[in-house]
Amino acid sequence: MRARNWELFGLIPAALLLSAGFAAVYIQRSNQLSTVSLVYGAIFLGLCLAGHIFVRITLPHADPFIFPLVAVLACFGIVMVYRIDGATVARLQAQWFVFGLVLFAGTVLLFRDYRKLENYRYLIMIGSLVLLVLPRVPHLGEQVNGAYLAIHLPGISFQPTEFGKVGLVIFLASYLRDHRQALASGRRILGYRVPPLKHLGPLLVLWGAAMLALILLHDIGSSLMFYGGLLAILYVATDRISFVIVGMLAFAGGAWYLGTHIPHINARVQDWLHPFDPKLYGVFGGSYQLANAQFAMAAGGLFGQGFGHSLITVPGSNYLFIPVPDTDMIYSIITSELGLFGAAGLLVVYVLFVARGFKTAMLARDSFSKLLAVGLSSVVAIQVFVIVGGVTRVIPLTGVPLPFVSYGGSSILANSVLVALLLLISDRARRPTPAA
Amino acid sequence: MNRAIVRLFAVVILLFTVLVVWTSRWTVFGATALDHNPLNKLAFFASEKVKRGAILADNGEVLARSVRASDGLWRRIYPQRSLFAQTIGYYYPGSGRYAGLELARTAALKGLQNPLTNLFGSFNGVPTVGDDVYTTLDPKAQSLARQLLQAAITRDHALSGSVVAIVPQTGAVKVLFSLPTYDDQHLSGCQPPGCSQFFDATQGRYPPGSTFKLVTTTAAMNSGKFTPNSTLAGPSPLMVSGQPLHNDGDVSYPPSTTLTEALTYSINTIYAQVGQDVGGRLMQQYMERYGFYSIPPLDYPANQMAASGEFFSPHTCFGNRRTEMLPVTSSCVDLGRTSIGQANLAVTPLQMAMVVSAIANRGRLMQPRLTSRVINSAGQTVQTIRPQLYDQVMRPQIAIELQQMMRHVVEEGTGQAANLGGLNIGGKTGTATDYTRNGVEYDDAWFVGFPESDPRIAVAVELTDIPNGYGGTYAAPIAAQVIKTLLAEHQ
Repeated sequence: MRARNWELFGLIPAALLLSAGFAAVYIQRSNQLSTVSLVYGAIFLGLCLAGHIFVRITLPHADPFIFPLVAVLACFGIVMVYRIDGATVARLQAQWFVFGLVLFAGTVLLFRDYRKLENYRYLIMIGSLVLLVLPRVPHLGEQVNGAYLAIHLPGISFQPTEFGKVGLVIFLASYLRDHRQALASGRRILGYRVPPLKHLGPLLVLWGAAMLALILLHDIGSSLMFYGGLLAILYVATDRISFVIVGMLAFAGGAWYLGTHIPHINARVQDWLHPFDPKLYGVFGGSYQLANAQFAMAAGGLFGQGFGHSLITVPGSNYLFIPVPDTDMIYSIITSELGLFGAAGLLVVYVLFVARGFKTAMLARDSFSKLLAVGLSSVVAIQVFVIVGGVTRVIPLTGVPLPFVSYGGSSILANSVLVALLLLISDRARRPTPAA
Repeated sequence: MNRAIVRLFAVVILLFTVLVVWTSRWTVFGATALDHNPLNKLAFFASEKVKRGAILADNGEVLARSVRASDGLWRRIYPQRSLFAQTIGYYYPGSGRYAGLELARTAALKGLQNPLTNLFGSFNGVPTVGDDVYTTLDPKAQSLARQLLQAAITRDHALSGSVVAIVPQTGAVKVLFSLPTYDDQHLSGCQPPGCSQFFDATQGRYPPGSTFKLVTTTAAMNSGKFTPNSTLAGPSPLMVSGQPLHNDGDVSYPPSTTLTEALTYSINTIYAQVGQDVGGRLMQQYMERYGFYSIPPLDYPANQMAASGEFFSPHTCFGNRRTEMLPVTSSCVDLGRTSIGQANLAVTPLQMAMVVSAIANRGRLMQPRLTSRVINSAGQTVQTIRPQLYDQVMRPQIAIELQQMMRHVVEEGTGQAANLGGLNIGGKTGTATDYTRNGVEYDDAWFVGFPESDPRIAVAVELTDIPNGYGGTYAAPIAAQVIKTLLAEHQ
């Protein structure tokens, strides 16, 4: 079977998930949902199909599984959003996916030769760093739960870090392609090969930026995400595990210092360690959210309570059991309704997505493409780890969206660009070379 | 580079494995602890989403049901109010407080009957409608019992009273009622006297008086030491355990007095001798066969029932620190007085109903039970509670002899007030003096009985602290009325 037919075939699970999910939620909550709301599901399915046809025409050789996997995740997301927030927000989410698809198409058409991105790498880096600090600009950014995550413009609010992550990966892939040889060499000091400062410099800047993000933005999640992406690309570029170890130690040191010295971050650590401490639980913005996420997951058990059966608000009121159930905490609701099996299934889809991204990197013929594919895939993997790990208390909780699943425009748009780049790399890598 | 990518993928697999393991920590391994965390309002509200099943009387009358309140949660209402308050108990959403049958049958009422639906039902969500529980209770007879007990309290100045009626062949409880009781709707303001959550019928322990002579007779005759025609003298007084024991009216009986006559006229001094002759070991054995010394096997919360036996308050038996239940074989027990239901014996009305039920069913004591079947929302029977044997207390022939002796008690002895025309009630009276004040004896009055010619019901009636309250005078008529009504109900 040809690649594109595989892709079309691969959309079947997404279609089934979407139909079953919408039907289940509709049946369960029919007193609150109109029949029209089912149309949003159909529109969404149409979007997936439109995306496929576009890829079929423009990227005939691209990996056939990346798009269906993303479609499954997105369908998962819209069913959950439909279930948690109802028809209106599901419509908005579908609307964001329309824009996402447009941006996806635009990226593919504009950057058919994505390697020209390299020409703008410093511009991209500076742009990304600016995006990162934007939320801290007075009157533009807003502090939510002690962290600066979003900026507000009249009529629109968006999370710039989502775009920043794509930009930084592009910069890193390009920069490290040029400097990987030099970084891997360098003089030996005390038996340890230290790379020349000239080449290391920009990386130290990035380490500093990640720490700065922590200090300025109080955003552990994003900085972990960027830094993890950096280490992943660095490791693949240089093949030197020692860089990763030194890098992780440096981050751990910085995180420990900030965790003990910045009250907001320290509070997050305390919430993480003792979510059921009545003192932390009772404080506004305390461990209430995290504790209730645990309770919701406990209610899920092995098989979950079923679509529509998890309690979102206190009965008889609009008071949320788990604040932001449709974005940061969506994993706890998924686990509550679909159980350990459903949640593990979702994680497996992410692993498959990352696997296809890495496969793309392995097939790619030039270093920039390889590093870019690795970086984009890794950043998704790390983002999932940061938010799911936060919700399940592997690490302290910081709010980042669950890619492709959480409600939110910025996340959808940025990830559309990310998928477009991956498919572009894949298309080039798998294009048959003309017989020599 | 490709080698490094493969290694990096291994790291990704590792990280995601950690996520799955941590998710299973909260969903499976630590779930029970989280569900019971006092901060967990989620688990509480989730249980409130279930429409709890109804509790119905044997005839289908509703005793408890759930209605949707304005906040979307279910509330429990009890249409019969205080008539079944103690029997059915209560369930208060919001406090998680349960009592009575609501607690004992909570699994069925929540609809978690079938372990298979429990496991696979979660694919479709947890059940939202519980199952209905049919009880064996008879509202008409229960209502009569309330009316008669109310009269005993207002007219005869009893402090409290209980009526227990059991079908001897199946153990089905038809009446389980005590006064004072409470109103489910006003539980918070419940203060004695006049209102009590203490269920006298299953928790109240009283000296059984002469009704206990049935147990002594069972042990005496089934062990082969006595027959209904065995003769003994009944002098009054008789020294028992160093203290003089009197017969009622201080009457002495000649040596030609038979055991049947001793039961008919409730002769204390003869029964003290019989009990001492039978001995503590056999008495203990027969009491245990009747269910003494155990929490009754009723489908009711164990903490709302009491075991019957010999009770010693602190420092009354070799320096016991707490109130202790001791076997009859204990050297502290006055065996002679135990044989006539006095001294340290303390027995619940339910236990005495079990005694008379066993005799009426030819020695086969069936486990008493309040429920007969569980019906799901689709109308299917998901569980039938079948009659179960508790013990064969005595040989059938001995039981028949004992039935005839009890018929004598009602025909010509102390229980004549229960001798309603045509019913042929056999029974035994009991009168145990609780205390004496200003020359007035305050007595616990008992009657246990059954219709001898048609033994389909066995009844125990207990009235507490009636001034000069003979069991034959006050308790026997109540028992007769209840028997009559129940027989008419179940023709």
